[in-house]
Amino acid sequence: MSKAVSALQGAVYQGYVEVREVGLVGMITLRGDLSSAKMKKAVKDACGVDLPGQREIAVAGDKGAAWMSPDELLLMVPYEGVGDALAAIEAALSGEHFLAVNVSDARAVFQVQGKAAREIIAKLCPVDMAPGAFEPGMIRRTRMAQIAAAFWMVDAETIRVVCFRSVAEYAFNLLKDAAEPGGETGLFA
Amino acid sequence: MSTRLATGGRLVNKAHAMEFAFNGKRLKGFEGDTLASALLANDQMLVGRSFKYHRPRGIVASGGEEPNGLVNMGRGETFEPNQRVTTTELFDGLEATSQNHWPSLEFDVGAVNAKLSRFLPAGFYYKMFIHPRPLWKHVYEPFIRQSAGLGKAPKDKDGDKYEHLYAFFDVVVIGGGVAGLMAARAAGASGAKVLLMEQTAVWGGRTPVDGPLYDATVNDGPVDKFVDELLAELGEMSNVTMRLRMMGAGVYDHGYLLGYERVNDHKPKAKGPRHRLWRIRAGRIVTATGAIERPLSFAGNDVPGVMLASAVRDYVVNYGVSVGDRTVVVTNNDDAYLTALALKAAGLDVPAIIDARAAGAGALAEKAKAAGIRVETGKGIASVKGGKRVTGVGICAQAGEGAVTEEIACDAVAMSGGWSPVVHLWSHCGGKLLWDETQAMFRPDPEKAPTGAAGEAFVSTAGTASGEMELGAVLADAEDAGRAAAKAVGKTPKKAEKPKAEGVQSNVIQPIWMMPQGANVKLRMKSWLDYQNDVKVSDVQLAAREGYESVEHAKRYTTLGMATDQGKLSNINGLAILSDALNQPIPQTGTTTFRPPYTPISMASIAGEARGEIFQPLRKTPMHDWHEANGAYWEPVGHWRRPYTFRQSPGEEIGAAVKREINQTRGSLGLLDASTLGKLIVKGPDAGRFLDMLYTNMMSTLKPGRCRYGLMCNENGFLMDDGVVARLDEDTFLCHTTTGGADSIHAHMEEWLQTEWWDWKVYVANVTEQYAQIGVVGPNARKTLEKLTDADLSAEALPFMAWQDIEFGDVKARVFRISFSGELSYEIAVPASQGRAFWDQLLEAGKEFGVMPYGTEALHVMRAEKGFIMIGDETDGTVIPQDLGMDWAISKKKDDYIGKRAQQRSHMADPERWQLVGLQTVDGSVLPDGAYCVAEGDNANGQRNVQGRVTSTYYSPTLDRGIAMGLVKHGPDRMGEVIEFAKVDGTTVPTKIVSAVFYDPEGEKQNV
Repeated sequence: MSKAVSALQGAVYQGYVEVREVGLVGMITLRGDLSSAKMKKAVKDACGVDLPGQREIAVAGDKGAAWMSPDELLLMVPYEGVGDALAAIEAALSGEHFLAVNVSDARAVFQVQGKAAREIIAKLCPVDMAPGAFEPGMIRRTRMAQIAAAFWMVDAETIRVVCFRSVAEYAFNLLKDAAEPGGETGLFA
Repeated sequence: MSTRLATGGRLVNKAHAMEFAFNGKRLKGFEGDTLASALLANDQMLVGRSFKYHRPRGIVASGGEEPNGLVNMGRGETFEPNQRVTTTELFDGLEATSQNHWPSLEFDVGAVNAKLSRFLPAGFYYKMFIHPRPLWKHVYEPFIRQSAGLGKAPKDKDGDKYEHLYAFFDVVVIGGGVAGLMAARAAGASGAKVLLMEQTAVWGGRTPVDGPLYDATVNDGPVDKFVDELLAELGEMSNVTMRLRMMGAGVYDHGYLLGYERVNDHKPKAKGPRHRLWRIRAGRIVTATGAIERPLSFAGNDVPGVMLASAVRDYVVNYGVSVGDRTVVVTNNDDAYLTALALKAAGLDVPAIIDARAAGAGALAEKAKAAGIRVETGKGIASVKGGKRVTGVGICAQAGEGAVTEEIACDAVAMSGGWSPVVHLWSHCGGKLLWDETQAMFRPDPEKAPTGAAGEAFVSTAGTASGEMELGAVLADAEDAGRAAAKAVGKTPKKAEKPKAEGVQSNVIQPIWMMPQGANVKLRMKSWLDYQNDVKVSDVQLAAREGYESVEHAKRYTTLGMATDQGKLSNINGLAILSDALNQPIPQTGTTTFRPPYTPISMASIAGEARGEIFQPLRKTPMHDWHEANGAYWEPVGHWRRPYTFRQSPGEEIGAAVKREINQTRGSLGLLDASTLGKLIVKGPDAGRFLDMLYTNMMSTLKPGRCRYGLMCNENGFLMDDGVVARLDEDTFLCHTTTGGADSIHAHMEEWLQTEWWDWKVYVANVTEQYAQIGVVGPNARKTLEKLTDADLSAEALPFMAWQDIEFGDVKARVFRISFSGELSYEIAVPASQGRAFWDQLLEAGKEFGVMPYGTEALHVMRAEKGFIMIGDETDGTVIPQDLGMDWAISKKKDDYIGKRAQQRSHMADPERWQLVGLQTVDGSVLPDGAYCVAEGDNANGQRNVQGRVTSTYYSPTLDRGIAMGLVKHGPDRMGEVIEFAKVDGTTVPTKIVSAVFYDPEGEKQNV
């Protein structure tokens, strides 16, 4: 069997927050006209959510859609469900100019969990992580130290981070370093 | 002598003694001490030697402006030079050593320089060491390097941890004195999100020290009660963040601000980062940075024991440390009287206050006299007695030339030349200054603040930093600054009553730039301006005489205001002397530029987390761990690590391993991890048209299921990338790029689509990392794959330059029949998550054929044997496809492609351009990489003429000889000719021009 494995196979670090590699997540890069009715239907059919607005993410259970740019979304579904989701998109957008491509294996996904989750990101990303400035439902594509990353909040103490698979180990070590006990900043306490 | 007093010391906890060592000597201090106060408590006045003359130097100040007290801290992995004793908090077990002396602090050989000081004037180095040139390198420079300089560079890796923190605030207030506290409260009360930072370990600034000495009250209560009330109020505000031990290091455009937090400097054994660099975006910055006291320029003002008056009283009041038993106070303003009063109150002797002003002080003079202190007005210090320690001063008339009228025995001198507001942060981003004639200071010009993108001011000042010197005015100004900042960020400030402050009134300062006013040259040569760099009044005057009229030039010529303290004590005095010498008003001379950081910050804090294993991202393919475990000898390729070769045993030679891999691949079967190749999906009705523009050859005619090699040029016609394009369906292409080109070519495509051809219907996605890509290469490649699938892999079903989706068990793969080695070859793309599993399967299936993975070097050699070009070897940004004989890949049918017009320019079409050929040494040796082909004669610079160069050169195991490619003038027309390539030893290698295709020119091996 050639079982599909994520880059770090679920590595975990327990610091003053917990850092965990989440494992494989089905992901589709979808580019097209985000204002079209067909696109809205495609997102709904594939992920069961409404098309997210600028810098937003819509989540429903284990599916979701995130705004990436004025003509790009990142759709998330269970890893095994990518084929079905792609088929649903192809059906909804037939005749349209669009691009939908499986990028599930090109990514690594991490979860940062704990009361101080916000400040872990604030140590690495030039983003205002203060309550009110960043809340569940928002997403940022940005820089995490020296790599590209995107993140959103699952709840007040849980943040998910996505980066490219090749730098998964660097990303994990960054988050781990930031979460080492003694580094508490209390910035958002 | 300096010592700890039995009483006093509001910041030290005498119940908690701490041990530390200075130059190996065990000493005792208390919790709350700075290293400076602890050293002084142990009579360690002498702390270092000066930069140039190695003069004995003692502590001068009590804060970040200290020029002399620089020490080496720690040892081994915590060693750090140039640490200021005045800003270093004492901790148990602290180890410090003094710098810049040999063999010892007490006896220093370099001090002979001081005896030669007459011969070491300003600009001495420039003047003396220009001629004769060789002496500089062999005599002067080693001597200067030995004798000059401050601390030594650390030898060990830094054992501490550092980090960054991104933070966003409406208003940031820098400075935690009363002004900063007031401004923060005013801004905070409006609801604005506020950060208040203070560089020391205590809030309140100077007011708790100075206030009681001039009977100050706020709202009829003592000043320290007022400070406590402010702190309590701020503590209640959830929108206000307060940080001690955090310095505003630099102000930059768009409200960007660096905050340097010294998290663990004072508790080095604690877990966590030592320093944290806050990278802040502020809506508005308020600098409440206070002021720095200026020294007076009199002869001998650098003798240990001469200190700033404010520092002397800081040590008494804050740390219960007396600098001396008998302290003479010398001043041109009222403030220094506070020092005399503080000393007297501590039971110490003040033989005299020497006030240069004829009128002397106001109410404070009366207080001093009432305390029994002798006050002399219109007087100055002509000279200081003593070498390593003050023993007395000679008094003279300030108006005269320095004739000593009286000598007063003393062991310390407290001097005050007035105050200079700390304008550094205001000035970093362009805030301008104005000269305040009355107060003799440069202060911020509120009309000329640093401005943001919309022309709005984004920095303002509060309190003494604005130039306010009276407590009432300081508090009022700070309240206004806090409210204005809140308003500027869209908040509504609350109305609040301004606190009522009272205290004794001061008489006006009299600017004194030289003491005495008519000091002769002998005195001026001993009147120090810059303690750290040994710049004296006479040096600045000499610079002016020699034509250094610009303050920036005079700074570089004399070194005034350079090094770690950046002239915090010396700048204003120095430019006043310069102005006087140039006979122009001070504002006309101006100041030198204030640049970040305010005081030095650790290099490691700038690096932040980027060290050790997270120094840089390291990109890993899905098979990386297998490579690591199987003898990979790594080669960095961008941020990737790719195996250069795999060593079967640790002792195997690199060259032998490469040779083994090539022979195995050409003879049977090799595997290549090609996952790093760029993979871009280009989709849309206009995708073909788009690729026709990007590639030099025609892509729109490619049939689905087929592959085509293509070249990509930039607008200047130069070749920048190549790779195989596969057409996936009518609308969709997959473009392979070089490893290094994946991101840049993706960006290149997006740029053209977004800026030029925005109306073309094309989308691009970078799927480089979605796939693990494995090259299965060699005569047994097909047989190996056939073991893993039932699909038809025959030449008829899957011919050369075709692709197919094929399932290998549960692995869904896309198989490209392309070859970069000249062998039968399949490149197989599988989901990255199954990459390692599929790699393992291939190794298993290939066992019977002796399968071996091969690295990038074998890849390079095999492509060179076939005459295939490599971007970055055959190209260097100045090479066009035509230079490489690749006209076949340039479509003649297309109207246009990126680079086409450029390639028609006369120089590009010049037949004299060097052309690609194969090169074969007559003796079979390997040509040196990059070697030039020599021609007859010399060029205008007397260099040998050249007619070509080597672009790739290898030992070919297949041919058992050196092979190379190179660009040679008229090369393709000179087949068979023997030309000479230069070696570094000056000899040349006879080399025959041949076809670049050394192996299987008909392509029979790959097309089977």
